[in-house]
Amino acid sequence: MILTRFTETGPEPDHRLHLNQSGPPSTALGGDPGFVVQLDAYSGPLDLLMHLLREEQIDIADIPIARIADQFLGAIHQLGLNQAADYLDMAGRLLRLKAQMLLPRRLDDDTWEDPRHELVRRLLEYQQIREIVTWMERAVERRASQYARGYLPPPPVLPPPPLTLDLIEMLSAVERVIAAIPSPMFHRVVPRPLDVEGATVRLEALLAEKEEFGWLEALGPRPTITDVLSTFIALLELARRGRLNLVQPVPFAPMVIRRESTHPAD
Amino acid sequence: MNPLTQLIEAALFSAARPLTVEELQTLEPDASLSDVRQSLDQLRERYDFNQHGIEVVELAGGFQIVSRAHFAAALERAQFTVRTPKLTGAAMETLAVIAYRQPVGRAEIEEIRGVNAAGVLRTLQERDLIEVVGRSDELGRPLLYGTTNLFLELLGLRELAELPRAEELTIALHPHVPEEPAEGEAAAYVESES
Repeated sequence: MILTRFTETGPEPDHRLHLNQSGPPSTALGGDPGFVVQLDAYSGPLDLLMHLLREEQIDIADIPIARIADQFLGAIHQLGLNQAADYLDMAGRLLRLKAQMLLPRRLDDDTWEDPRHELVRRLLEYQQIREIVTWMERAVERRASQYARGYLPPPPVLPPPPLTLDLIEMLSAVERVIAAIPSPMFHRVVPRPLDVEGATVRLEALLAEKEEFGWLEALGPRPTITDVLSTFIALLELARRGRLNLVQPVPFAPMVIRRESTHPAD
Repeated sequence: MNPLTQLIEAALFSAARPLTVEELQTLEPDASLSDVRQSLDQLRERYDFNQHGIEVVELAGGFQIVSRAHFAAALERAQFTVRTPKLTGAAMETLAVIAYRQPVGRAEIEEIRGVNAAGVLRTLQERDLIEVVGRSDELGRPLLYGTTNLFLELLGLRELAELPRAEELTIALHPHVPEEPAEGEAAAYVESES
């Protein structure tokens, strides 16, 4: 541990009475260095600090910083928390406060502000949070003893486990993927030319002849698939030009082709 | 019981979550919200008056039929129900800070609790007890957190206002005034740093 215990070197009139350097650091934490308390015992440095203050029955408004700083360092040492940055941060703050308290000051210095003020504010704030937590825990307890029908707490959404694989696994995975790629397939495209123009001529002839005719009539006898497609496209094109109307009286009924009245047959 | 009350009883019985008055109203389009509330009152009084083993509770903005608390031990002993595991102290502290300071960023939570809060925040988010409600305008635009409906359900609260108010607590928390935080915080900071 880098931080070593300070020894009292300067005057600290406010706290001299409380000092008891030779005694054990805290009755609660004991002096046995082999005893390591679980980290969970305290929810943070403020919790530990509150615990120390309670044990010593110290007035929060007048904290003997030097003593508490020493006890805090002793406690985190005993707790085996040396690695916990949160605790070391608080230890650093306490030591700085201790140093500030040791600075000599004149009694009539009105501008002097208690450097402990910020710490006290945080402790009070934290103490209030603890009080709310106690209230909340009672509420949770009360609520937990009332069971709703088939109530299941929603399962936590777990993040996907981290991917762990080595180079060989990855390369064999690549090989498996490559093996799974099917060999390329070739399609022969056979041209089947549509005769849209021929169909248009045929339809126009029919239009000139009849006011209205059916889809089967428009196709003519024994249509091939090419005839059907050509006729259909021709019908759409003529409808677009406003030469005819395409009507389907009911769904799935055969189409009825009607001459457009505004375009009499020419 | 009138038909609406019966219908609401059926809905509360079959739903596994609290149902709001508005949701219950969709059962019967002709019923008004106050009809629904009246029926809920009727149902609750009936369960209480006839000393049923179940009761109607209002929580998280909705209503739910639950078993009465004093049967919990027997139900658990018979393993008909399993008590949800308790949250850790760190999780409860974090929830408390968020409940009172929301919307609140991670830095403020860590300042109040004096510990790193990243892990706890992630856990609480996974359990759907808190959610990201926005971003602060501060440097780095940190995420701001707030509590969810499930948080209210966990505590059996109707609304956040049911949490004890600051002045009801034995220690008065210095009020969180968003209008002038910079000045006060800065002063406190300088004080401790100088």
